[in-house]
Amino acid sequence: MSAPDPIIALRGVTKTFGQGATAFQAVKGVDLDIMAGDFVAVMGPSGSGKSTTMNILGCLDVPTGGEFRFKGHHVERLDRDQRALLRRRYLGFVFQGFNLLARTTALENVELPLLYRGEDKKTRADMGMAALDKVGLADWWDHTPAELSGGQQQRVAIARAIVTQPDVLLADEPTGNLDSERSVEIMDLLTDLNRTAGITVLMVTHEQDMADFAHTIIHFKDGLVDRTHATGRGQAA
Amino acid sequence: MILGTTIILAVREIRRHLLRSFLTILGIVIGVSAVVTMVTLGNGATAAVKQQISGLGANILQIRPGQGFGRGGGGPQPPDFKPADVDAIRTQIAGVKAVAPQASSSGIAVRNAANWSTTINGTTADYFTAQDWKLSAGRIFTPAEEQAGRAVCILGSTVVTNLFRQEEAVGQRFRIKDVSCQVIGTLATRGQGGFGNDQDDVVIMPIKAVQRRFTGNRDIRNIMVSVDEAYDTGTVQAATQKLLRERRNISGGKDDDFNIFDTKQIADTLQGTTQILTALLGAVAAVSLLVGGIGIMNIMLVSVTERTREIGIRLAIGAVASEVLLQFLVEAVALACLGGVIGLLLALIASVSLAPVLRVPFIFDLQINLLAFFFSALIGVVFGYFPARRAASLNPIDALRHE
Repeated sequence: MSAPDPIIALRGVTKTFGQGATAFQAVKGVDLDIMAGDFVAVMGPSGSGKSTTMNILGCLDVPTGGEFRFKGHHVERLDRDQRALLRRRYLGFVFQGFNLLARTTALENVELPLLYRGEDKKTRADMGMAALDKVGLADWWDHTPAELSGGQQQRVAIARAIVTQPDVLLADEPTGNLDSERSVEIMDLLTDLNRTAGITVLMVTHEQDMADFAHTIIHFKDGLVDRTHATGRGQAA
Repeated sequence: MILGTTIILAVREIRRHLLRSFLTILGIVIGVSAVVTMVTLGNGATAAVKQQISGLGANILQIRPGQGFGRGGGGPQPPDFKPADVDAIRTQIAGVKAVAPQASSSGIAVRNAANWSTTINGTTADYFTAQDWKLSAGRIFTPAEEQAGRAVCILGSTVVTNLFRQEEAVGQRFRIKDVSCQVIGTLATRGQGGFGNDQDDVVIMPIKAVQRRFTGNRDIRNIMVSVDEAYDTGTVQAATQKLLRERRNISGGKDDDFNIFDTKQIADTLQGTTQILTALLGAVAAVSLLVGGIGIMNIMLVSVTERTREIGIRLAIGAVASEVLLQFLVEAVALACLGGVIGLLLALIASVSLAPVLRVPFIFDLQINLLAFFFSALIGVVFGYFPARRAASLNPIDALRHE
């Protein structure tokens, strides 16, 4: 294998909110390379700029300055809809609050990204069931979020994120609302997806235990990357 | 995303919130059903008026002494017409197909134990031509019977029913006001007249018989003129008016002491009135349709706020702004169309059940049904656009954070 280009590359990325006297610079010049297949945990106190950076990495927001290349695309030059198409094709999202559609079955939730891809009914159902199967909830496909436990809801959310076979999975405190046992289950699932499906995982977390599942841990502080270190788990793969 | 997918999403969303969806479209339902019911019943009323007026006979001029419908209030009563007036109209006016003088009285008809109070109408054979009134049995007067004023009569179906029940009436005799009268014919049933009167409650005799035996003079109360289709009734009416003014010695500046009215004119006037009323009621109902549209907009705006998080999820997952816009727009239009369809069904039920109560025929008007449906769809587009645009312009990060 030749040395691959990083899937994500940030160069001097800044993000400023507001203008003039009330302007606030949340990210002050971040350089970051993430290789395909990595499992990265992002840590740091609130206000450290990690959430803002994650939003930029998720193509939900654009940097004020600097360069963000995602699979070679200059994301900072893309408009709203172009970024949406990028998210649709390459990204999966898992949120702390699960963010499933209420009164909607697990399968319908999982199928949602496929709808936007324009897949037909049969493909949607097949891919949706496959994704649910991967998270161990195939038997629960017709249950609504209200009928599922927190851990199950998060697994449905993960199924929704991976149903499109994304390159990168962005998880924002995926275990924040779960007890430690469920949290470990979710982390095992993410680890498995990273290893077997080769999905690059970017995860924000406050908990060291969870961060330890990752290969690389990036610490944010005052709008900058404070330090990056490998956990040693990456070599095992 | 293709439109089909958006429709699936919209239908899902409507099904998921059945009660809210129903309340949302209630305004449209009421508006559409009100408009369509009003217009349908209005059209029925117009048709009913038209039919009843046509019962008076087509291209007919009615000439009566006095002004207006009655014989005038105070002052000297204008004189009735004379037989010579009838002859003058028949011979001097071009385009007259038939002229039927009428003298009327009323009395009680008696046969065995049965008796019936009715109208006696004295006229000539021309009357049946002018009225285009067919016989159900027997024959009309012969010229000889007319000239002699024989006591022969033709009965309306109401009189037949009351005097003869199931028996054959033609050839029988009965008494009316002490006059023994022979039945030579019976008339086809006509039903209710333009003014709610029973046209079949009548005994028709030669005018001379009525004048001699009942009214006691040779006065003619009413002249019915049937105008040839090839001629303009207005022209004939003007010529008749001029002739009668001369014959009744009315000088230049004075008003007529008689009136001529054209049944077609009444028909037009009455039809115009019902049409205006229909339009007016329809317009009032259309306002409620507009209010219904505003109702949809309100609920959709609330819905956008309520579903901010959902919109955030969709945007994060990769929906582009136009897809979110389309989803909400399609949802509004689908709701409005659903309201329109329910409204049309309600209108159909209401019109079918109300038409007999109001004694108007039920006439299904495809045009107004389609118009109301498309208008409700249009309302969905117009009032759904603003909320949809609002949903589409949400920032995904803020939307996801929304509680």
